[in-house]
Amino acid sequence: MSRDKILAALRQNQPELAPLPASMPLQQIEILELQAKFKAVAEGIGSTVHLVDEFGAIQPMIAARFSAEKRILSTVKELVSAAVPEFQFDADPHSYADVDVAIFKPELGVAENSALWLTEAQMRIRVLPFITQHIVMVIPLSSLVPDMHTAYQKIAEADYGFGTFIAGPSKTADIEQSLVLGAHGPRSMTIFIYA
Amino acid sequence: MNTKTKDHPELSELFNQDEQRVNWHDETLWWIRQKRDKSAHGIPEWETLREKASQIKNNALSNLADYLVSFEERALANGIIVHWAADAAEHNQIVHGILQKHGISKMVKSKSMLTEECHLNEYLEKQGLEVIDSDLGERIVQLAKEPPSHIVLPCIHKKKEEIGDLFHQHLGVEAGTSDPQILTEAARQHLRETFLTRKAALTGVNFAIAETGEFVVCTNEGNADMGAHLADVHIACMGIEKIIPKRKHLGVFLRLLARSATGQPVTTYSSHFKRPREGQEMHIVLVDNGRTVQMGREDFRASLKCIRCGACMNTCPVYRRSGGHSYSYAISGPIGAILAPNLDREKYADLPFASTLCGSCSNVCPVKIDIHQQLYKWRQVIVQEGYAASSKKMSMKLMNYTLSSPGIYRTAGKAGRLIMKYAPFAVNNQFNPWYKQRDMPEVPKQSFGEWYKKNVKSE
Repeated sequence: MSRDKILAALRQNQPELAPLPASMPLQQIEILELQAKFKAVAEGIGSTVHLVDEFGAIQPMIAARFSAEKRILSTVKELVSAAVPEFQFDADPHSYADVDVAIFKPELGVAENSALWLTEAQMRIRVLPFITQHIVMVIPLSSLVPDMHTAYQKIAEADYGFGTFIAGPSKTADIEQSLVLGAHGPRSMTIFIYA
Repeated sequence: MNTKTKDHPELSELFNQDEQRVNWHDETLWWIRQKRDKSAHGIPEWETLREKASQIKNNALSNLADYLVSFEERALANGIIVHWAADAAEHNQIVHGILQKHGISKMVKSKSMLTEECHLNEYLEKQGLEVIDSDLGERIVQLAKEPPSHIVLPCIHKKKEEIGDLFHQHLGVEAGTSDPQILTEAARQHLRETFLTRKAALTGVNFAIAETGEFVVCTNEGNADMGAHLADVHIACMGIEKIIPKRKHLGVFLRLLARSATGQPVTTYSSHFKRPREGQEMHIVLVDNGRTVQMGREDFRASLKCIRCGACMNTCPVYRRSGGHSYSYAISGPIGAILAPNLDREKYADLPFASTLCGSCSNVCPVKIDIHQQLYKWRQVIVQEGYAASSKKMSMKLMNYTLSSPGIYRTAGKAGRLIMKYAPFAVNNQFNPWYKQRDMPEVPKQSFGEWYKKNVKSE
């Protein structure tokens, strides 16, 4: 059996056990500095960031920005309205192929790279954040962390079937290194950070 | 063992026939290397991160068997089906078997250098199956019937006009189109249709975590996710060296990977697959294909730490001027030149010599692999085992003879200077490999020895 052969060969050839290094120290950064850094990095990689004083300001801004889109879904209950229906689960992922806008509330956002952490619990169906034409993220300021080390400290031993860090709209630079937004996934990403 | 027709110098010469293209290739990659520098310098703890990454990988390799067993146990508990493949052939058969079991004849694939290494596409196509690569760069080289020329930027060697021609032929794009935005949109539509109609998707793996049995796939385009989340069957293929001990170690590697590769702060998507979705079948294939042997070679073991960022290629003066196809192995550039001779010393005997040994590759490597030193060590192994080209052996002997006798060395030097002065055509010709793409230096009137004798010794 290949399994046993591979393991036996490895045990034969492995070097002496090397210890794991100590973890990277966790940074403490003031919250407004985190917000400024997150915004700068996110805009640098093609996202649009809105800082709003209160959650209530988000809904009219979404309505104005996406008034021309046909199918808008919200996985965030508080943002459901006549124009934005609540997410309904359908086990067939193909049924979401015509979604224009999907709204999510990630668990945390990382200032150093503007990546937002979503698990199955928030995305509801795995394909949704990828198949939608535009993606909207709403996140409280208090959910921002400085870097990936703190992010994984928060994620820790969480159980999820699928989780993903998303940093910006889908993109490619495969043709002569020209940056093009909207490769296969969302063409745009709009992030609302609320206090 | 395979014998091949052309070696690195011959293939580079083909690439070098178009001087403008070589300059453009060189400049494009150097620009990416500069973006990497800017990104790395923006992280004050960059060097500490590299050191941590190197140590975590050392630990992972030193305990790989146990970590693999632990990964397998947890992945199984998570509902993932685990396979083990000793070599490329077994890997290909396993993938084929899974597709056959489900009666699937068409598959969509995201980027995986392992499947390139195993020649999976060719194998499946011979069995009558259709494979569509979904990473834009990979799709382009697939349409051109070429292998990727770079592990992160598969079609870095192609001009947009050539891509326009390919898309005109295969995707019905208007003739003469070369705008990257329009070409990308055409590919988006074509591949969206593919994602929506395929029952099976294959992805690569960037990291697999022993502690949790999950694996992580990083892309910018989102193609791995589009494929995997729409398909009934998800097959993930990985080399056994991709294991890292704990989930929290991803914090170190995800900070290094994209910054080293393209200068981005992180890839757009870093997806963590832990369980198949309801009703989906998820497979993982753990592949050896020479890795356990490399583990036993103390001098070359560190090459297994590679996280496939491509930084060594972007910085390599030889890669930038000879192109990825001149390496004739799935993984080109400096790291490929270490990995390839592990699989076949005779076939890839030329690759460790495709380096200036300048050390730039080792300096940018995010996991601190001593790349240029390993290239130097491979050269010694290859010469000792008798795989060096006969011209190289002959010139080495001549060099040895000359350098071991001061008298002959002085005479040869004098003769050389005289020839270059009075009969330059004797060296400035096509038989002298140093003359290619290079001007020969102007000759000094005297050697350093002669100068020293005259000016210093007489004082």
